Amino acid sequence: MQITDKLILGKANLEVYSETLIELAREDRNVLAVTSDSRGSAKLVRFAKELPEHIVETGIAEQNLVGVSAGLASCGKKVFATAPACFLTARSLEQIKNDVAYSGFPVNIVGISAGVSYGALGSTHHSLHDIAALRAINNITIVVPADNTETCLSVKAAASSDKPIYLRFGKKPMPHLYGTDDRFEIGRASVLLHGDDIAFIACGEAVAPVFEAAQLLHNEGISARVISMHTIKPLDKETLITAANECSGLITVEEHLIFGGLGEACAAALMEEGVYIPFQRVGIPDEYTVTGSQTDIFRHYGISAEGLHASAINILKRTSKN
Amino acid sequence: MAYYSNKELEIKSAELRLKLLKYIKMANAGHTGGDLSCIDILNVLYNDVLNVSPDTFNDPGRNRYIQSKGHSVEALYVVLASKGFFPESDLETLSKYNSHFVGHPTRKVNGIEFNTGALGHGLSISAGIALAGKMDNMSYRVYTLLGDGELAEGSNWEAAMFASHNKLDNLVAIIDNNTLQITGKTAEVCNPYPVDERFRAFGWDVAFVDGHNIPELRNIFKEVPFTDGKPSLIIANTVKGKGVSFMENVAKWHHGVPDDREFSMAIDELEQNLETIKNSVYADNR
Repeated sequence: MQITDKLILGKANLEVYSETLIELAREDRNVLAVTSDSRGSAKLVRFAKELPEHIVETGIAEQNLVGVSAGLASCGKKVFATAPACFLTARSLEQIKNDVAYSGFPVNIVGISAGVSYGALGSTHHSLHDIAALRAINNITIVVPADNTETCLSVKAAASSDKPIYLRFGKKPMPHLYGTDDRFEIGRASVLLHGDDIAFIACGEAVAPVFEAAQLLHNEGISARVISMHTIKPLDKETLITAANECSGLITVEEHLIFGGLGEACAAALMEEGVYIPFQRVGIPDEYTVTGSQTDIFRHYGISAEGLHASAINILKRTSKN
Repeated sequence: MAYYSNKELEIKSAELRLKLLKYIKMANAGHTGGDLSCIDILNVLYNDVLNVSPDTFNDPGRNRYIQSKGHSVEALYVVLASKGFFPESDLETLSKYNSHFVGHPTRKVNGIEFNTGALGHGLSISAGIALAGKMDNMSYRVYTLLGDGELAEGSNWEAAMFASHNKLDNLVAIIDNNTLQITGKTAEVCNPYPVDERFRAFGWDVAFVDGHNIPELRNIFKEVPFTDGKPSLIIANTVKGKGVSFMENVAKWHHGVPDDREFSMAIDELEQNLETIKNSVYADNR
């Protein structure tokens, strides 16, 4: 995209997940959604109505959901185990580790309403630990799509993957962030905007405010590189290090606790490559969040156009280039 | 599948007990008590019930065996070795550096379907496999072995509810009901009894069997599903440490390894038992 492009609002990524799954399941009898009384939250009601043979309901039982999904996958089913990310990646973490990742069956673990999507429902319903928890588990790819394009293409890629994948979706409508020439590939970060003053490395629903911050910075003559690091594991170190070498400062932005997520993954990769760069992690600090909607929470912690603009200005003050 | 007489299967059980003791001693590690309580069940499953062999292991129509009580893996290893899934000498590496033969089942060992051992996982996995069988009109059955202590894991009850709700009559759970866990008597740790009534209330059909009686075990497996449209539970009443008198019904043998003197006593007793079986006259001898 171009910095001057006006952002056009698309659908919630969850809606696109559901539409893509319908498309896949119509073509392939082995594509299944497994839900824990979560078909409504997952926007899978239409899927269930149109393709009743393709949905498995476990009731509110996430541990069983993942175990059953692993059993189905071991028989060749292409399973999308779909539940609120907060429960799916905590209560059934052991099933994800042993039944799916350690046993090596390609279940797609789909965390819905992730991060602080459930906003005002409070911290029981927030998943700010999921990326950290799953990064510490071997043999699972972690993908956090930013917009409808990344969602659609990651779901299609997941359906034909021979390896477990965690897909993380929010429920807010997202602007389209991909131009017609932008490519998407799991494991390969997407540079959505080119710039060389400040680099933003973001994922999921945090990418949209980053884009807006880049536009504010552009108005002040500061060029920002916006990278959607949709695949947190394995991390695309090449795109990260290129950005660090070509820009004067780097900010990671994620809808996750600042521990164990995208920011720390990037920091470790930069340290190990011997790349020093003024660096900041933007995310949720070590606390149960302030109360409010997702937008309120984002604004409070600086995951907003204004907040990220301010972070960029602060970082650039630390550099000799500005 | 080759047909074995009851006497031949009893001889196999006695030989398998000797082998698993030998490899536990060699490794200086293992869940001896539970291995000895479930070995007759595994012997009957692999030699009379399941149609799996190294040649058929990748057949989508094979019966599945998922060992939820993964810690009794030494029993599974000696049975799989006897079925030709790998050379028995591989078990000399049990628990050693870089060996695939670790203390809980993994798919790196030929013949093992799932990596298990964290308790409370096998029933959900098995329900998933059973459901896939129903969806694909396959005639295979799924057998899973649970421990009685394992029933405290709540995930079992999630799976039990799911299995009956989905009418998974191709699912057979077996409880190795040796009534002991590490701490002591299962009934005194967190009482799961009456297990039969609890599973019936969850929509299962249930039968009891003497888990060391080969003819009874063979018969009960022929009767599943007990009721069309319901999953089946076989509660196999067993003795922890069965076959080695000083280990029987003693909780410390949960993962106890015999010292040299105890090992020698155990082997003597198991060898004598093997001789007794060999010299016995059985009604179904061929």
